[in-house]
Amino acid sequence: MKFLCVECDRQMQFEERQLPGDGTLAAAFRCPTCGRVVALLTNPMETQLVASLGVKIGGTTLPPQPLETVRGMVATGKEDAFDDGRERGAGSGPSWSMEAQERLARVPGFVRGMVKRIYLDYAKDRGIAEITPAVMDTARSELGLEGM
Amino acid sequence: MSLNIRTYHELTEADRSGLADQIGAQRRRVADRLASVRRVVAVLSGKGGVGKSFVTAGLARALARSGRSTGVLDADFNGPTIPALLSLPVTRCTLHDDAIEPAVSAEGVRCFSMALLLEDGRPLAFRGPETEGHVWRETLETATLREFLADVAWGALDELLVDLPPGVQRFQELTELLPARPAVLAVTIPTPESRDAVRRALRAANDRKATLLGVVENMVGGPFVGSAADELAAEFGIPVLARVPFHPGEDVWENVVSKLGSSL
Repeated sequence: MKFLCVECDRQMQFEERQLPGDGTLAAAFRCPTCGRVVALLTNPMETQLVASLGVKIGGTTLPPQPLETVRGMVATGKEDAFDDGRERGAGSGPSWSMEAQERLARVPGFVRGMVKRIYLDYAKDRGIAEITPAVMDTARSELGLEGM
Repeated sequence: MSLNIRTYHELTEADRSGLADQIGAQRRRVADRLASVRRVVAVLSGKGGVGKSFVTAGLARALARSGRSTGVLDADFNGPTIPALLSLPVTRCTLHDDAIEPAVSAEGVRCFSMALLLEDGRPLAFRGPETEGHVWRETLETATLREFLADVAWGALDELLVDLPPGVQRFQELTELLPARPAVLAVTIPTPESRDAVRRALRAANDRKATLLGVVENMVGGPFVGSAADELAAEFGIPVLARVPFHPGEDVWENVVSKLGSSL
């Protein structure tokens, strides 16, 4: 999937991804010559199809987590299927605000450990000292974490 | 007047999405993980209810007892039974060096299965739109197979047996994901109906240039009548590895290991 600014005859560049939380996705692309921006809007079925391939429009910045698609997509997984006790760099990473901890606690146990690792990696990568709901929202959009 | 629009392949500037690169990275992850696996063996039949999982488990245990490093990937995501057949201990999946540790049977068979992940008694269900699930469900199951191959710490194995569900679709997905063609072991029951279904599966395996190891005839000596294994063996030029009665002893599986011998 690529976008062409026909007027400039230039390939448009990925600019930003937004996940409104209703299963849809918005991805903006900008023409490097004229600056025009167009948005790709996908319906929930199209969003799901792309996610099912295990790819992200706009690319990825963090390494894949083990069973990332399975953990993110299976709805009938056991709450205690995974032992996520051995977190990378546990104890030395960013802290979690109370609100962020409450939000994380609402994530199903089947995927919670992975989601926590992703947010920790994201925060470490960007030198963020405290993970807040705002940081989680930004990470969700930047990383394309639909439903996390 | 129509617009002058360049084609997809004519646009060659760097693209942050790099969807094709992402798919390529997924394939490399599978290849890297399986670099220490000597051989992948797909256990298929094309027919449901012939005992593929039963044969897979019996063979895996016998291979392990014979001193071979053996793994089983249960690729029947909607009806996973391998953990029960291998009497795997109930345990949580642990992370290890960015991979998931497989469960290990008393004989040392390393196994991963959807049964280890699902809530007891609940079907495999995916999050997503409630309608038109047929559009993306198979894609998600293929992604599941890819992650079971790439993200489980299989380690150094002589054989990784892949227990396939009925039909040939999962087999075709498997061959697309693997860096090398798998070997194939077919399972049938004696009946003509089973023979016909397994024939289709073996032809699909031939089309994919897989190595056919042989056929195991299961549920012999009971109500199922026919000579499916002999006919398939003659047609495809493969050995009948075993005729398995309803209540086989361990010697049946050990004979299969012996017959497979150097072909594994």
